[in-house]
Amino acid sequence: MTTHYLVLSALLFAIGGVGVLVRRNAIVVFMCVELMLNACNLAFVTFARQHGNLDGQVIAFFVMIVAAAEVVVGLAIIVTIFRTRRSASVDDANLLKY
Amino acid sequence: MGETFVFWVLAVVSVIAALGLVFSRKAVYSALMLGVVMLSLAVLYAVQDAPFLAVVQIIVYTGAVMMLFLFVLMMVGVDSSDSLVETIKGQRFWAVLAGLGFAVLLALGIGNAFIGPAKGLAAYPQNVPSLAELIFTRHVFAFEVTSALLITAALGAVVLAHRERLTPKLTQRDLARQRFKEFARTGRNPAPLPGPGTYARHNAIDKPALLPDGSIAAQSVNRYVARYEKAEGTLPPEVAQALESDSEALELEKE
Repeated sequence: MTTHYLVLSALLFAIGGVGVLVRRNAIVVFMCVELMLNACNLAFVTFARQHGNLDGQVIAFFVMIVAAAEVVVGLAIIVTIFRTRRSASVDDANLLKY
Repeated sequence: MGETFVFWVLAVVSVIAALGLVFSRKAVYSALMLGVVMLSLAVLYAVQDAPFLAVVQIIVYTGAVMMLFLFVLMMVGVDSSDSLVETIKGQRFWAVLAGLGFAVLLALGIGNAFIGPAKGLAAYPQNVPSLAELIFTRHVFAFEVTSALLITAALGAVVLAHRERLTPKLTQRDLARQRFKEFARTGRNPAPLPGPGTYARHNAIDKPALLPDGSIAAQSVNRYVARYEKAEGTLPPEVAQALESDSEALELEKE
């Protein structure tokens, strides 16, 4: 069963990665990052049961906390960018490129 | 046996929902799909002897994080859908190819690894007290640091989202003055827009108001309904004609 869970986690991670590469809307890109974090959490929980050790679950818990903080700051940044540029597309925020 | 059944059902659901998250055009659909993935992952945690994480997943992710996402979506504009124009040539193709390759590579690696039978968490019959013991002994420093992180994040969000008002707030008097100046300059109607359904046969929001001579008052057409009907192809031709002949209504639609 462990292998199944890990493959599911890998699939979700890869789908999230494709989403980050393909989508333009900053909010959707952010959602895909969340999906990748969730996939990692699934792997942590699976390994916790595999090794008979609760440390994996503790790490997954910490990942959730950090993800929550990250969402708050990231969405605030997106709102600020939207306010100044009237666009939530990641293509428009390219000032640092030059 | 039960776990296998739950796993296969939820694995299919979550992978389909994740694909929907990536490939649906509208951002709100993406958010809902993400909610589905998170809920099915919560059930998978519960199945894997992690009831505390399952509850935290539902409260923190599907509760707080998803609500924040939807809130920002509503603020930023629900209908800001992605443009289909590729800025980098062939980006989609190569991204999907790279993703597929990555997934296959990971799956093959996991499939080839020797993974013995799971030890299980029978040594920790009570999930929450055991987790609490770990968090407050071995990981206590990290746990304290996360509280600092959360406070910093909350403060950062407040500072980032805060906006100083640079100009004085417009009063009703200023707005009325502005409207009449606009009327003197361009002849734009200073009165409120006509409501839908005046002199009409139906008093519905999607029915335009009629002028006394029976023609359609283009300004009374609800532009959201009109935009939707235009996309669906159900916009009545006389309304479309009235919209096209009226420059002010067109201006409204562009806003």
